[in-house]
Amino acid sequence: MQGPIQGRAMHIIVCVKQVPDTTNVRINPETNTLMREGVESIMNPFDEYALEEALKQKDAHGARVTVISMGPPQAEVVLREAMARGADDAVLLTDRAFAGADTLATSYAIAQAIKKIAAKPDLVLFGKQAIDGDTAQVGPGVSEFLDFPLVTYVKSISIREGTFTVETQMDEGVDVIEGRMPAVMTVVKEASTPRFASLSGWMAAKKTAIPRWGAKDVGAAAAMCGLDGSPTKVVKIFAPPTKTGGIRMDGREEPSAAVEAILKALQDKGVA
Amino acid sequence: MADTPIVIDNEKCRGCKKCITACPFDALYMEDKLAVLKPEECRVCNACVKACPFKAISSNVKEEVKKANLAEFKGIWVFAEQHHGKVQEVAYELLSTGRRLANDRGCDLSAVVLGHNVADSASYLIAAGADKVYIVDQPELAEYEANVYTDALNQLIAKYKPEVILAGATAVGRAFFAKVAVRSRTGLTADCTALSIDKESYLLHQTRPAFGGNIMATIMTPNHRPQMATVRPKVFKMSTPDPKRKGETLIEALKLVAASTRIIKAERNSANVNIAEAEIIVAGGRGLKKAENLEQLKRLADLLGGVVGVSRACVDAGWISASHQVGQTGKTVCPKIYLAFGISGAIQHLEGMRGADTIIAVNNDPNASIFGIADLGIVGDLFEILPMLIEALEAKRKN
Repeated sequence: MQGPIQGRAMHIIVCVKQVPDTTNVRINPETNTLMREGVESIMNPFDEYALEEALKQKDAHGARVTVISMGPPQAEVVLREAMARGADDAVLLTDRAFAGADTLATSYAIAQAIKKIAAKPDLVLFGKQAIDGDTAQVGPGVSEFLDFPLVTYVKSISIREGTFTVETQMDEGVDVIEGRMPAVMTVVKEASTPRFASLSGWMAAKKTAIPRWGAKDVGAAAAMCGLDGSPTKVVKIFAPPTKTGGIRMDGREEPSAAVEAILKALQDKGVA
Repeated sequence: MADTPIVIDNEKCRGCKKCITACPFDALYMEDKLAVLKPEECRVCNACVKACPFKAISSNVKEEVKKANLAEFKGIWVFAEQHHGKVQEVAYELLSTGRRLANDRGCDLSAVVLGHNVADSASYLIAAGADKVYIVDQPELAEYEANVYTDALNQLIAKYKPEVILAGATAVGRAFFAKVAVRSRTGLTADCTALSIDKESYLLHQTRPAFGGNIMATIMTPNHRPQMATVRPKVFKMSTPDPKRKGETLIEALKLVAASTRIIKAERNSANVNIAEAEIIVAGGRGLKKAENLEQLKRLADLLGGVVGVSRACVDAGWISASHQVGQTGKTVCPKIYLAFGISGAIQHLEGMRGADTIIAVNNDPNASIFGIADLGIVGDLFEILPMLIEALEAKRKN
């Protein structure tokens, strides 16, 4: 088989984040950071697409897929889920020293871990953003610390002899972009539908030991980690002004009255 | 020896390499079994000072000196993103807010343009509020490439030291600003919905929704410069341009790194709508029952000059592409008018559209949660109301 890279299998690292499934998130009033305990958690939906792209490469060419997550010890669950779907190994970055990290400190810690996993991985994949923070900054940040090319909003990847060709979903259309590996990519929902984990996958994933690495294990400088390493400081957290419902009407008996009301509302806003 | 910010005592160094692993900037190396500093790489984070078990490393830079350096950073910049010479609207929206911030801070407002054949944009940016326009007009910048754009903006930051930089949270702005912030080792706040200058500290207060708008957070970057933030399109209002405003245009010639990727094809067609920038969105959900009924939404959207948005159910059912999806795993939108037909209002959907000025919802379930945030909520059958609405608008158009 003609491999995507001469003479060896690719190594793809997928970064996944555990995010709260509900929106009932509480804030620690002392530190102004999020309290994650007691909230049901899932794998960030966008990371599922990133994982799927990695697994598709594995199916097509044979590749080692390593998943990595940074978070509290219970974030291990999402790593097991990724392994059940087909990832080969996993690393959990967990340390009190990482707590309260903003996107700079997070990017640094993840980049340090990636350097320890592989001197030269071929691809590092992220979901386009996490649904809790919504910043879309960590993937680009890691590309900076690793000094790898960055391609964002990727919807398909094809690899041939160390060169990648990807389609990216930009605001105004689709771009086709080419480059040499290694690279960092962030993946969008327009990519392939993620596969389910098989029962045998779950059984195998359950048994695997997942190494836990702290700041010292990845050689991360304390001054660059967690709250200390975060240039941004949250100074205030507050509830947004609540929008209460406005006019309510029942249009079941007389739909024409409802249509009139909509037309009037549109006219009031200078439309129609 | 005291000229370098970090001093290594060769008598005490045992060559254990702990400082080398600790340094985030690769600013130390080993020579003859002793640690040596590369001063040009060192950012004086003092990580090596703390890491050394033999107290062989000391720092000359005290906290006060760092504070003094902060004062070197002056002025507010807006990154004026352009595509093929046309400055994006979000840049004008940011200039309007930037003007207010610059007045409050008592400093200049500048626009920065990266591109090729873009010199014409300066007069528009000045009319929109900029005192200065920095233009880098080079062929390498004709198309966006993350590494080249990052290099260009970082060179300008290093040279002119702006205190604040703002960009639109577009596909381009979000990705490359994150790289710029990391390269400058500073903070970046994404998707701000309010920006102001704190009256006491003169720091930029950056307010953004978190967890889909359930929580608002105000964030500051006290000890790093520049203070960086992105803002989504349509969040701030554009001000009326003043063609009489005077400003200065500075053309910068930069030596840039080579691109690490290249665009081999860019498909741009008018059918590709960006719902995040739409002023009017006609949205549908599961209540539409089948793909064919999206046609009616499309007709209504066309009549109103708007675009079609959908809830996740429609995308998952394969009725329409994901680029139309509004909500947590889709796009966040903030149109003037959001018309929701057959959308019950799952929290994940509401998170993506609660920023709309006016929300009009039609749903046959009186308990649908979308009514909780709708300005006009109509309990009714969309299959009755939608065709009547279309008919009424078509009749109006004919008159």
